[in-house]
Amino acid sequence: MNYSLKVLLLLAWRYLWRNYRRTLIMLAAIIVGVWAMIFMTALMRGMVDDMVLRSTHTLLGHAQIHHRSYRADPNIVNSMDAPSDSLKTALQDERVVAWTARVRVPAVLSSERETVGLELVGINPEAESKLSFLASNITEGRYLESSDDKGVILGERLVKKLDTKLGKRVVLMSQDPDNNIVDAGFRIVGIYSTDPANIEEQFAFIGIDRAQGLLKLGSKVSEVEILGENYRDPQTLIQLLDSYIKEDEELLAWPELNPYMGSTLSMMDGFVLVWMIVVFTALSFGLVNTLAMAVFERVREIGLMLALGMTPRAVMLQVLLESLTLLMLGLVFGNIIAWLSILPLESGIDLSSVGEGLEMAGMSSILYPSLHVKDMLAATGIVLVLGLIASILPAWRASRFQPVQALTKN
Amino acid sequence: MELVLAWRNLWRQPRRTWLTTAAMVFSNVLLIFMISVQLGMYELMLENNLRVLTGHLQVQAKGYHEQAHIYKTVPDVQNLADAIRQQTGRESVTARANGFALLSSQERSYGAMIIGVQSKYEKLTSSLPGLVKRGYYFSENPEDEIVLGAVLARNLKVTIGDEVTLMGTGKDGSFAADVLRIVGIFESGVIDIDRNFAQMPLGRFQTTFSMGASGHAVAILSDDLHDLVKLKNEIRPLIENIEGIELLDWDALEPGLRLAIEADMASAWFMYSILIILVAFSVLNTQLMSVLERTREFGIVLSLGMKPVKLGRLIMLEAGLMASIGMLFGIILGGCLVFVLSQTGFSMPGMEEAMAQYNLPGRIYPRFDWITLSLGPAVVFLACLLASIYPACRVHFLHPVQAMRSAL
Repeated sequence: MNYSLKVLLLLAWRYLWRNYRRTLIMLAAIIVGVWAMIFMTALMRGMVDDMVLRSTHTLLGHAQIHHRSYRADPNIVNSMDAPSDSLKTALQDERVVAWTARVRVPAVLSSERETVGLELVGINPEAESKLSFLASNITEGRYLESSDDKGVILGERLVKKLDTKLGKRVVLMSQDPDNNIVDAGFRIVGIYSTDPANIEEQFAFIGIDRAQGLLKLGSKVSEVEILGENYRDPQTLIQLLDSYIKEDEELLAWPELNPYMGSTLSMMDGFVLVWMIVVFTALSFGLVNTLAMAVFERVREIGLMLALGMTPRAVMLQVLLESLTLLMLGLVFGNIIAWLSILPLESGIDLSSVGEGLEMAGMSSILYPSLHVKDMLAATGIVLVLGLIASILPAWRASRFQPVQALTKN
Repeated sequence: MELVLAWRNLWRQPRRTWLTTAAMVFSNVLLIFMISVQLGMYELMLENNLRVLTGHLQVQAKGYHEQAHIYKTVPDVQNLADAIRQQTGRESVTARANGFALLSSQERSYGAMIIGVQSKYEKLTSSLPGLVKRGYYFSENPEDEIVLGAVLARNLKVTIGDEVTLMGTGKDGSFAADVLRIVGIFESGVIDIDRNFAQMPLGRFQTTFSMGASGHAVAILSDDLHDLVKLKNEIRPLIENIEGIELLDWDALEPGLRLAIEADMASAWFMYSILIILVAFSVLNTQLMSVLERTREFGIVLSLGMKPVKLGRLIMLEAGLMASIGMLFGIILGGCLVFVLSQTGFSMPGMEEAMAQYNLPGRIYPRFDWITLSLGPAVVFLACLLASIYPACRVHFLHPVQAMRSAL
């Protein structure tokens, strides 16, 4: 059997190149198909990865603890106690990359000329810098120095909208737990810019101690954000921390906190599969056709081989090997070309010409394709398995020829 | 004659022809489906977004669109809206004023965009009045009435009949305050709108925010968002002699919308091209095979005096016939599919959240018209003809005597 497999392979190889034009065209089709599967997937993965990364860096993290009513009603009355000592100990686990507590309430911000509504976020600057975009995105002025820093950090767009600038004073207005309006003046000490830019209008950052003082919160906080090692695996954090959560609090993973992003991510996996199968189907017609032609051309030869004692199984195997060789060649080149074409793009594709449209969907204007080995394997697997299945019919037909009829066929 | 010959040649190898045609039918159906879904969605996306507040055209103070400051106003806004209504004979024209204020109930305070509206005309221009789920959208003589979004109402812990206090800054920088009675709560399903917007009568707004007779915008809704030229020309003379105001169309008001569509279009066409290229390869292979098979035959007809050009045309004709069959079946199958779906609509898991981002309902109704039906198949047809050029050209390089002796 070993020997005959070798012969069959050799036969398959020679048959392939007998009509080299046909084989090359089919090969080109397979290569384009495989390339398109991998390239498109890498672009889309890059897009979604980027979206997820951006939102996890925008005050989302991988998991959060809130008061049970906070998400439905993000009001100051739905604050909770600062993390207990036992929770803090649990948070020292090595699977927790970083964590922080925040005060986060709706507020009104006025400059001398304009008034806008936004979210007031009280942060612990040091802990925050390990979790969110803020510290690394200050374009003017400085980051907050301590939890009772007297300054406020605003977004670039917001500053423009408010007709104000660095160093000027703004008034923040909100309510305390007893529904009294509280307000305080803050000096703008820093300006941040983000991509997508619509985030720049949503937040005003102050030190957490100042926020708690202003809002008469004591040591209470609105949320605790936790960053784990991998955004695809927030469940590890949930399991780790769930037993430390109090009765009136809830611990949720990011896909539940941001269902849009969560569903985009899972839709993505489905879409990749559908795309690969669609491309393969378009490819399969040509593949079956090519094989059927190749078999049709050598009916007489196959008849002769059968007459000489070659088993029908061997004939079938030979045709399948022919298809397999063709697919393998296409896959090797397709994968290599896909890899080579993505490599120079990994530093980012500038899409700023269509950037504003992307921003609407929470994407940034630079796209970083991300090539996953997993996706390359998936494409390869799909093409190989489905390709062989598609080749069974022509191979089977070849093995069913009646030697005498086949031999006499003109 | 040639047509008969081409037709017969096709059916010499029925299986091959059917397989190649099947590839075309497959991609035609897929293209028809995807294009009709895409266009159906764009239309919805535009209409749903524009109808909420933006409208198709707006008259605004110059620079208000870039930086919405309360002091950038359109003078005598109600009379201007009247004049536009008269000029265009269109009732869907409404004057508005926008301001930001802190709304306080007994227990809570939240900031919100307050829009002063002409309720009678707002109903004809915007979809928000129709989305009032509780209470009503202003009475005949709305004095101290306010209508707000469902999330805002929930956050403020108020319901119909409750009073809210409004505090903000007037046009002249003065303190603006008012007490209003909630008569309606709208629910658009888009959190940002339901959380951030409240509407009050324009007249009351102008008094409260010291606006005089001025406002911030006149919004105009047309019947067809693609045909605004005539409407614009009618309105332009009315605003020409008022200094400092401009007429903007939806494209300028919501640049993100068109760009989002264009971005989506670009990625979709990448996918379509791949499909079409793969089909073209299939046709190329089939035609090349059928040419190589017939080398001897071609040698004979060439030596009998047939012109190579004519033979090349025959090959193209065969490809064209094959592509026509593919197109016919593709359009029939794809058309049926899209027609059914355009009546019933369809939905996919996870789609609702994604669509809500663009202010769309969870069901998609593909667009069924001659563009969506023919665009994809037409491109496939052309690609097939292009793919058969190489096999057709090969005929020119045949040497009659050698070709006749060819083994194949």
